[in-house]
Amino acid sequence: MTIVQAKAVTVKAGAATLLDRVDFSVEVGERVAIVGPNGAGKSTLLRVLSGEITPHAGVVSLKGVGVGAYRPQTLALHRAVLSQSVNVAFPFTVDEIVRMGAGGARGSGLDGLVEAALMEVDLLHARARVITTMSGGEQHRAHIARVLVQLACGESEHGPGLLLLDEPTASLDLRHQIDFIALTARRAERGTAVVAVMHDLNLAAAFADRILVINRGRVAADGSVTAVVTPDMLSRVFDVRMSTGVAPSPLPAVLPQAMMARPAPVHDRGLPAA
Amino acid sequence: MTSVSVDLPHRTGALGLRSLPPAVVLLGLTALLLTTAAISASVGAAGIPIGRLAAAVGLADADAATVRDRLVLLSVRLPRIAVAMGVGAMLAAAGTIMQGLFRNPLADPGLVGVSSGAGLAAASVIVLGDRLLAGRLPFEALPFAAFVGGLLTTTVLYRIATREGRTSIATLLLAGLALGALAGAMTGLLVFIADDRQLRDLTFWTLGSLAGATWPKFWSIAPFLGGLLASLPFIAAGLDRLVLGEAEAFHMGTSVERLKQIAVVLVAAATGAAVAVAGVIGFVGIVVPHLLRLAIGPGHRLLLPAAVILGAAMLLAADTVARTIATPAELPVGIVTAIIGAPFFLVLLLRQRALVGL
Repeated sequence: MTIVQAKAVTVKAGAATLLDRVDFSVEVGERVAIVGPNGAGKSTLLRVLSGEITPHAGVVSLKGVGVGAYRPQTLALHRAVLSQSVNVAFPFTVDEIVRMGAGGARGSGLDGLVEAALMEVDLLHARARVITTMSGGEQHRAHIARVLVQLACGESEHGPGLLLLDEPTASLDLRHQIDFIALTARRAERGTAVVAVMHDLNLAAAFADRILVINRGRVAADGSVTAVVTPDMLSRVFDVRMSTGVAPSPLPAVLPQAMMARPAPVHDRGLPAA
Repeated sequence: MTSVSVDLPHRTGALGLRSLPPAVVLLGLTALLLTTAAISASVGAAGIPIGRLAAAVGLADADAATVRDRLVLLSVRLPRIAVAMGVGAMLAAAGTIMQGLFRNPLADPGLVGVSSGAGLAAASVIVLGDRLLAGRLPFEALPFAAFVGGLLTTTVLYRIATREGRTSIATLLLAGLALGALAGAMTGLLVFIADDRQLRDLTFWTLGSLAGATWPKFWSIAPFLGGLLASLPFIAAGLDRLVLGEAEAFHMGTSVERLKQIAVVLVAAATGAAVAVAGVIGFVGIVVPHLLRLAIGPGHRLLLPAAVILGAAMLLAADTVARTIATPAELPVGIVTAIIGAPFFLVLLLRQRALVGL
């Protein structure tokens, strides 16, 4: 079943075209990473999928219904969104922030959900802390827990939903990055469609079943990790010469030791491609 | 990314009240309000000892003395207490809502020119309405005019200070300064063309006073107060989510545009009605929500009703001080709130200098 589908989506800002006739769809239980250079339109695509902006042309449908046809309240039960950075203006506690994900719901069922989510992001011990006193990474984990609660509340009523993540691992330390990827895998196993904008290609490869490459507002590649992450794509889209290797998992790995920006010296210092 | 997280001194529940059940908080504040009201009713030029209050309102046997007590209480003290509580409640609620709307604890209708805009509208009605309608304008028109003035000012401010869902507090304060100055200048023009009677009516806008409180004035703000109180439960959850940002509030299921419209209307209505009967009284809208956030946390479900009650108690206390500290003369209550509130605001500003970008 297709959870979300974008058909010929075009978004403009003034004279600039941010997205140009983008086609994209995500199935139940699929994990897709969106990658691309700065300003390629990755976040814009995420915002279109979330219903936050209405495309100038084309349609986005969520579970077969136009995303604009949902009321915000209903939409929140079918898809949850984790923003790149959230600035909390007042001293809420972690617990209060996480509970906001549940809408108006209360009760012991919610307590269990909140605790489980806090456990997953390793913040159960910090639930009474005021979020504005915590580090950026810790705050981000609290918001992950909030989004997980929202997702769980919606999925308990309406079945598998859509989880949209904007650079979810950027502020996390290594261990919590790995935890986070495991957490999305657990959601996907239960049917959630997970879409994440990512910058780190290695994390993207570890995270995703499929990679969508966006460049200058267009789809540059869309396919399995091994098919998409190639030296050719890296040079074409990111304007760098990098090689990919395989180690120790069978996924292609982009090795930073072997990188070189493009109009650099001619000789190729890269490791041989797998 | 220029956003800086608000750096308040958050000891978890500074006053250790954060874990109290909401009902206990509200009952405690109500007890505080009733105590303040009893004290306020008994002190003044014609004192009524607390022991005689019950007799004066007819709850105990009346003797000769209580006839005078009763007259003082019912026609002088009680209307003033009612108006002070109503105005204090509206100012505190308007401040709380505006801070939620702008996502900043420094926003306040008095500080960013909304009160001045409301005052200008009310002054225009007094002077120009008088000329056009030859004094036939009902008093009840004033709160409505002030509401419209406040609505215009708030809308303009929001348009200026917010871009792509982010509000710049520096722009907000500066734009508020300019709008306030403009409204002040135009009110000055009205003073220039006003006659003596109108002038007397106008003077108190600028200082802020509850000296003219009467029952009809209370009834003229009652619908605004009632509407405000009835709306609070519907905006609380939305304001909580808005604290995380407009996009996040939408992601969590809030109709952000509608919430903002309702919030702007409520701020304007509360400020307008308060200004119409009491003139411009500053800082209640900053001090009350800030103290409450420190004590019971920032969740609007409890913060809004608590601010209503504490705002009522605080302005009533300030007004009681204003009318008794220099007897037989009386200070405008705006002076009392400014003397307490302005240093408070400066401390708040110093703690958050990074946020304002100064």
